[in-house]
Amino acid sequence: MAKTITIAPVTRIEGHAKVTINLDDAGNVADTYVNVVELRGFEKFCVGRPVEELPRIVTSICGVCPWSHHLASAKANDAIFGVEPPPTGRKLRELCNAVAFTEEHILHFFFLAGPDYVMGPDADYSIRNVLGILQADRELGRRVVRARHLGSRMLGILSGKSIHPVTAVPGGFSKPLAERDRDRLASMAQEVLDFAKFAIGYAKEEIFPNYAEEIRDLGTIETGFLGTVAEDGSLDLYDGRLRLMKPDGTAEDFAYDQYDDVIVEHVEPWSYLKFPYIRAWGEFSMDIDRPVGIYRTNTLARLNVADRISTPLAQAELEAYRKAFGRPVQQTLRYNHARLIELLYNAELAVQLLEDPAITGRDTRVPVTPRAARGVGCVEAPRGTLIHDYQTDDEGMVTDVNLIVGTTHNNAPINMSVNQAAKRLISAGVYDETILNKIEMAIRAYDPCLSCATHNLDGTIALTVKIVARDGGTIANLSNVGPLRERNEEEARPR
Amino acid sequence: MAVRVAEEWLTICGGCEVSILDIGEPLIDVLALLEFVHMPVLMDHKYYGQTGEGTVLEIPEADVGMISGGVRNEKEKHVTEAMRAQCETLIALGSCACFGGIPAMANMYSLDDLYSKVYRESPTTEPAEVPSGTVPSLLDRVYAIDEVVPVDLYIPGCPMNPGMIAEALTSLIDETPFELAERSVCDECPVKRERKSGEPIERPLQDAQFDLDGPLENMRCLMEQGILCLGPVTRAGCARTREAGAPKVPRCIQGYMPCRGCFGPIRMDANPLVDMMGALSSNGLDVRQVLDRRATFNRYIGARNRLRPLPSRPAR
Repeated sequence: MAKTITIAPVTRIEGHAKVTINLDDAGNVADTYVNVVELRGFEKFCVGRPVEELPRIVTSICGVCPWSHHLASAKANDAIFGVEPPPTGRKLRELCNAVAFTEEHILHFFFLAGPDYVMGPDADYSIRNVLGILQADRELGRRVVRARHLGSRMLGILSGKSIHPVTAVPGGFSKPLAERDRDRLASMAQEVLDFAKFAIGYAKEEIFPNYAEEIRDLGTIETGFLGTVAEDGSLDLYDGRLRLMKPDGTAEDFAYDQYDDVIVEHVEPWSYLKFPYIRAWGEFSMDIDRPVGIYRTNTLARLNVADRISTPLAQAELEAYRKAFGRPVQQTLRYNHARLIELLYNAELAVQLLEDPAITGRDTRVPVTPRAARGVGCVEAPRGTLIHDYQTDDEGMVTDVNLIVGTTHNNAPINMSVNQAAKRLISAGVYDETILNKIEMAIRAYDPCLSCATHNLDGTIALTVKIVARDGGTIANLSNVGPLRERNEEEARPR
Repeated sequence: MAVRVAEEWLTICGGCEVSILDIGEPLIDVLALLEFVHMPVLMDHKYYGQTGEGTVLEIPEADVGMISGGVRNEKEKHVTEAMRAQCETLIALGSCACFGGIPAMANMYSLDDLYSKVYRESPTTEPAEVPSGTVPSLLDRVYAIDEVVPVDLYIPGCPMNPGMIAEALTSLIDETPFELAERSVCDECPVKRERKSGEPIERPLQDAQFDLDGPLENMRCLMEQGILCLGPVTRAGCARTREAGAPKVPRCIQGYMPCRGCFGPIRMDANPLVDMMGALSSNGLDVRQVLDRRATFNRYIGARNRLRPLPSRPAR
């Protein structure tokens, strides 16, 4: 008896999505659909604005990674105006980026994905959350709440406004760092670093070993990877060259302003959300056994493409990780492990930058003059490579905007991982709340930010994996007009 | 007895939810007095039962409902109505819920304009028809929550001030009134005002003049420096203390950057475009020098028909 299972809403992710799983007559998974519900209109309404205002408008694409959009926009502005920030201005931007990463990675691991591991994927839903962690282990809960908040407080000291910041400006940074503030920040950064060391040790000893099978298998697929590296091939989250790695581990680098030669966004007639893929790899396919053109971004990808990490503790963790899991790592749930290595890197980097005498320099910004130009800004956002591409007229008013955000790169992989997980876990029509939660764990590993991914339009979006049925016929494509459930149930009928 | 709380987010960025976490460690004590029954960002309560077998979108009954984000599609409208039906007190969290927020800048364009931009004019996208058969049930524009259902309490800000959220939650727990001050950002701004400027308004393409080592009281008002600042027409509330015992300072001013109005107008029904003209002329500045006035003065408040599509003409 064919049946439709709906997980709505997908919870403990940033933004809106549903999962629809259609079972065939035998109760096995016929197809799966991740419906991303929510889109906005930034690429349209940024046009016509003075370009220097964009760093404070695009932040609202995402309140979780506003610094990533803020910095990508500021870098696009630098390119538009044809300037390079003074060294101190650049270091202040990098410092804010590192601090923001610590805050976001703590948020994801402990508040969003972590409860599945700390409380267990089969714990009752009412306690499988950060509030449950607070009840079960108040000391751990308090420590986590404090560590995440430290990052936010540091950003408040550095810039005034920690969420939707305003201080990265064309040509640099508007607020130099006073020595007295540097001293306060240094002790806070040390506390964050202590927490980062604790977090990765805790996860490696008390969390990951308990879920070895899930981590190896759940949502695991084979793809290429994209991320940013510095000139020497080390991990860099603020600036560098893009490195594209094939599933076999071979890689090539390219300048980020050439992204449009490499990446194409595919449109399916059944989905409003685009599917970026690599032009040179062939015709786009999300078939989980024979994917074509598919690559992933975010922590797993960055640690795969980087040759090394510039800070000692994170480098040691990377070496152990590579020794255990190889390169490239394809296990989807390893995103969480990679995330904690990045947490450690960013905490170390923040301490280093605050020890750099140049961080309190007074020359943080060069003045700029409007002109007609195109400017591409690119950073690694917590969720992947973030590209802002602007054009202006001769008065510096924006005439065109193109944005590709971290989570969008991962659209196809997320769908493929959900499909893989559903097929592994559901057979003969048997499933329960724990199984459905495990399917969501495959989504959570990507730390998807659907607020970011849905910057471009607004509506109810069908993001779909198309699977060929067992008899070889294509299952009809779903449409989510009107109430999704009614439509899905209709489509799920035996034919 | 614990106060039962339901939280939903609609056309959002998530910044309001993060600013709730920014209450920091005191949040742990507040949480002990609350019982969250529905909150997709942090907990796994589902709309149609935990294994999705239900047929009706179900939100548990709650004493307090909180909604962030404006309303853009039919699904969000439905969730808003369900929240209102189940919650004794309904709070609009943040400027999107209160006034439409940044996403309501899209209200300057028709849906057709938005579709064209995304599917036919994007340089990296294979040119395609607007996906057919999957047309989402979009509303014609972004709506503030109180354009859809009555709202009991407004907490504006992009994002909100964590201190203000804590204050509002505490008032609800203690059943004491919570009211927003009818004051402007300038009323909380410590900078010095000397005399009328008469300087032309400049774009913020270079640094303001300030004294990094001294207190902000040493900095001259940004507007007097010729930098457009929306402080005079924006509701106070963003100001925060940088360290214990220090005076509160508006957030953007702490970054030596001007206000752009993220807390919305000083009164719900005020018109910042008109009020700003008054503020500029009282400073001896000419409003016609301001680029992109309509979008700038209404950046966070485009719902309630404050921003609408206009016949095509140059953007400024």
